[in-house]
Amino acid sequence: MARIDGTGSPIPRILRAIALVVVLVFFLFPILWIFLMSFQTNETILAIPPSLAFTPTLINYTSLISGHLQTAAGSLDLPFMHNLFNSVLLSSVSVLVSLVLGVPAAYAFARFRFRLGEDIAFTLLSFRFAPPLLVLLPLSLYFKDLGLANTYTGLIWVYQLICLPLILWIVRGYFEDASPDVEYAYRVDGHSWWRAFTRIAIPLAGPGIAAAGLLAFIFAWNNFVFALILASADKQPVTVGALAFVTASGIQYGQIAAAIVLSIMPTLALALYAQRWLVEGLSLGAVKG
Amino acid sequence: MSDTTHSTPAAVSGPRSARLLPYLLSLPALLVCVGILVPFVTAAYYSLQRYKLSMPQRRGFIWFDQYWNFFNDADFWHTVYVSMLYTVSTVGVELLLGLGIALLLRERSKVNNAASVALLLPLMTAPAIAALMWKLMTNPGFGVLSWVISLFGVTDFKWASAPSSAMFTVVLVDVWVYTPFIMILLLAGLRSLPTQPFEAAKLDGVPAHFVFFRITLPMLMPYMVTATLFRLLDSIQQFDIVYAMTQGGPGDSLLLFQVSAYLDFFQYTNVGRSAALMMILWAITYALSNVFIKQWLKLRERTHGAH
Repeated sequence: MARIDGTGSPIPRILRAIALVVVLVFFLFPILWIFLMSFQTNETILAIPPSLAFTPTLINYTSLISGHLQTAAGSLDLPFMHNLFNSVLLSSVSVLVSLVLGVPAAYAFARFRFRLGEDIAFTLLSFRFAPPLLVLLPLSLYFKDLGLANTYTGLIWVYQLICLPLILWIVRGYFEDASPDVEYAYRVDGHSWWRAFTRIAIPLAGPGIAAAGLLAFIFAWNNFVFALILASADKQPVTVGALAFVTASGIQYGQIAAAIVLSIMPTLALALYAQRWLVEGLSLGAVKG
Repeated sequence: MSDTTHSTPAAVSGPRSARLLPYLLSLPALLVCVGILVPFVTAAYYSLQRYKLSMPQRRGFIWFDQYWNFFNDADFWHTVYVSMLYTVSTVGVELLLGLGIALLLRERSKVNNAASVALLLPLMTAPAIAALMWKLMTNPGFGVLSWVISLFGVTDFKWASAPSSAMFTVVLVDVWVYTPFIMILLLAGLRSLPTQPFEAAKLDGVPAHFVFFRITLPMLMPYMVTATLFRLLDSIQQFDIVYAMTQGGPGDSLLLFQVSAYLDFFQYTNVGRSAALMMILWAITYALSNVFIKQWLKLRERTHGAH
């Protein structure tokens, strides 16, 4: 009988190794291929059959950074770096606002039983699952009236729909896991509620708050539809910008690949850094890795 | 989650401020999001109107006519059909594949841990960008995948640009992005299962398939149900991948709910129909999310209850 852990006969072990290689190739090849493509000129990209023997070039990256594309039809200005700046700005400010709003709320839900408390917590959670276009389409009409259309403020406000539920429910779990006894002892010593919250509760939940912030940043960065509907070119993040870039640059495939690499690098790097907390973040705090 | 842990710190300060404190702490978060509830009510209101931005003078209340008209609207049923097809294909494939990979990586070893982290990278790629990556790879002129299938003699496969294969292509991209989501949740579930039943089965020489169907699967079920419902909720609302890949085309082959509502609104300026479509999608996701939250809470209590 073949044992499931594969230490018995060598055949299951070999089959497992083959399966693992196939899986890794399927999931990692696209990233690797686009990465390689970003260091090629259009001539080597268009060559058939595709070849790995090419001289790497940085031309795609330099023309992206300078914002001038050399195309067959002449020079074209494409401010892709500005999209990158927008992504950084929108994601980090949204996460900061979410932390300021979400951490105290998470603490309230974890430490106090209060009327409507659970209702409020679940209402905030339900925003995560409502169809975004349901609110975005009417919101686009409102934003025009309120002067929020195509502003960072308007976008950061809407981004709270992604960041807040995530931060709220992950951090709540961390507050619940920390025993309230330490805070209680500190309060008995005559310290105020606020000091107990900032000096004891927040440091104890620190790793959870950091993890929730990182994950919220990743999800905000990867969002596409909010800015597609509510922002014009000068406020759009990379997700929307890359699509516009494809339309505008036409056949400059090397530069498209370089733009894709620059768009996905930050989240991939953060994910590798925050890998320990990813399971928890992806399950909104329900499963620990 | 015991009741006693919730009352102690609050009891120290005065009774009134103690009662107000949790509201003061949680209301800012709620108020910021309530602004979003206003458009929700507006969407419900628009869905009861004949409302085209291009014909403002014809705007007027038609109550539920928009919804009744859907019954005889072939386009609407087509949207329902492609949305269901997309959702069932993506979640079905992702569940089977995710379960298979989780079982493959179950044992804690350096190779398996490194592989499970590497497999998360597609999930961390923005879905809209992932669609662009696959678009480059499936380009009929130079795409590496077009070249690979040509080695097998397939030269007329048009990927996302032919109606017959467009659905396959976007499902493939969705599977690439989201299989790791199911995989990582099931892997965490598998690794958290108690070891005794498996050791006992091994000692008794129970066949592997019996262990899988009678022990592993039932014990893993809460994780599978939660992960599947989570994906169903997201998949039926898919927009990014389809929009970035084909904007709903070619023809009407990929007009999922949200893509269809988007085009109704911006291309045909039919605000009323777009809002009614979104209300129907909302009703579906609302029902699904209620089921999901129950399952999710069970898992959450399992994780946070034991301390």
